[in-house]
Amino acid sequence: MGGRQEKLKGTLLSFVLAGALLLAWQVLTLPSAPPAEVIKGENAEYAQLMGMSSATPASHGFPSPSQFGHDAWQQLQAPFHNSGPNDRGIGWQLGASLLRVFIGYGLAVAVAVPLGLLMGQIPLLARALNPFIQVLRPISPLAWMPIALYTIQNAEECGIFVIFICSLWPVLLNTSFGVARVRREWLDVASTLELGWARRMWLVILPAAAPTIITGMRVGMGIAWLAIVAAEMLVGSSGIGYFVWNQWNNLSISNVILAVLLIGITGMILDTAFSALQRSVGYAE
Amino acid sequence: MQNDTGGITPLMHVQHLEKRYGANAPAIFSDISFTINRGEFVCMIGHSGCGKSTILNILAGLEHPTTGHVSMNGHHVTQPGLERGVVFQGHALMPWLTVAQNVALAVRARYPGMNKADVTQKVLHYLTMVNLQDAQHKRPSELSGGMRQRVGIARAFSTTPDMLLMDEPFGALDALTRGVIQEELLRICAKTGQTVFMITHDVDEAILLADRLILMSNGPQAHIAEIVENPLPRNRVRTSIHHQPGFYDLRNHLVDFLVRRSALASQTSH
Ligand SMILES: Nc1ncnc2c1ncn2[C@@H]1O[C@H](COP(=O)(O)OP(=O)(O)O)[C@@H](O)[C@H]1O
Ligand SMILES: [Mg+2]
Repeated sequence: MGGRQEKLKGTLLSFVLAGALLLAWQVLTLPSAPPAEVIKGENAEYAQLMGMSSATPASHGFPSPSQFGHDAWQQLQAPFHNSGPNDRGIGWQLGASLLRVFIGYGLAVAVAVPLGLLMGQIPLLARALNPFIQVLRPISPLAWMPIALYTIQNAEECGIFVIFICSLWPVLLNTSFGVARVRREWLDVASTLELGWARRMWLVILPAAAPTIITGMRVGMGIAWLAIVAAEMLVGSSGIGYFVWNQWNNLSISNVILAVLLIGITGMILDTAFSALQRSVGYAE
Repeated sequence: MQNDTGGITPLMHVQHLEKRYGANAPAIFSDISFTINRGEFVCMIGHSGCGKSTILNILAGLEHPTTGHVSMNGHHVTQPGLERGVVFQGHALMPWLTVAQNVALAVRARYPGMNKADVTQKVLHYLTMVNLQDAQHKRPSELSGGMRQRVGIARAFSTTPDMLLMDEPFGALDALTRGVIQEELLRICAKTGQTVFMITHDVDEAILLADRLILMSNGPQAHIAEIVENPLPRNRVRTSIHHQPGFYDLRNHLVDFLVRRSALASQTSH
């Protein structure tokens, strides 16, 4: 009823804003430089030398929305084409980044959740590890790059390591916090029911701490997705971050915009998935 | 001693319990000794802070006394166990499980390997016992305080414990709901012959439910001031109990104790 109408209004306004943005973009990118046909003779040769060949007018200046639409459509025709390291489709690159994130993030979760469960149940362990965590946690993922490159010496594994190290902390801290905060009463119920170690963990501690753990995993995934793009720009030979950097070097601004949009949309989809997961394990006390 | 009912061997022996937090700290309570017979309903009454919950937790095996010990069926109580069911003060239901799942958790713990249909049937049996069969698919957050406490009772009964321990189970409920659940509990206990140790600070509740009342002096250094047998016969009914001869004598005795003598008792003991 009222809520639904408000929602509809919001959606409508979103579309209006999108239209206004597109219009502003169109107006700001109206051709002001002389059209490509005017450049003739030596000028054309010079332009070609400068990488401003008349054959690729789109790479010259910031593309208008229609140009961008055209270029993006071209790129999205064959998103998974793969003709050598410098010419791979954007879908392929996105997939490469996602794979790296899933491996690095998966490893982080596999380490952080069990360790967090232990820390949450053994306060001594939590106190002992806390100084290390507090020092390591604020380190920017990119600051790890030189150390990672020097020790691992493999760009691919380096990227995975950076994802691992930056998504580890939020999952670890939230798991530990969530487990430490499980209500004493619930643990007492588990004890009076003589639940064994595994059932106590599976039936009481994990469901009780799940909302906090998933929140940590959601934050970790957000950081991982931020970090992977930066890491690939630095050392990648594939991935969406590398694609952005490569297209920037090619002055293919349309492709850069497309990639940036896709990074945002992928991040949003990942976050939405975690938000759904969060809702499914949440409980009202 | 009043707590020595000759002939019958008691189900539970509580001997000389004392609890201190820290070696030099004064005892919260000391020399707590009593017995509970099979099928008996025992209530402990005392002012808040005298250590009633701590005593109940020790009986449950959830806490350890500084000195003294508890034995049940001839075995020392050192840890919690299924033979001692607990109804917690704040219901302690798992909020992520439905009412039926909460009880099923206990049923499965009590009968490992029981098949699904039997578990469902047992769960329904105990929920029907507390008149909650219609709420079985709801979550605790959707229930009233009284309904939650009844789920807690159903859960505790579903493990058929030898001894049921209840820590002020109806303390947070309004008088009307409280009365209804008290009657339910009375009926269930009469039917099953359940042995119960219950903490309360409601005198009328204690007279209605208890066969024997343990009166605690005020803390710190609390002790058992008096153990009173309930002179009223066992078939007590809430709506007419105050017409029974002896009711007001007992009630006055208890109120008198709580208002004046519990403090005196704690002074004379030092
Ligand atoms: N961990 C603890 N450390 C120190 N004192 C405690 C601790 N737990 C309980 N107490 C004290 O023990 C006394 C008895 O508590 P409790 O058993 O909850 O009393 P009751 O249930 O009769 O109100 C209280 O005065 C409380 O302050
Ligand atoms: Mg208490």
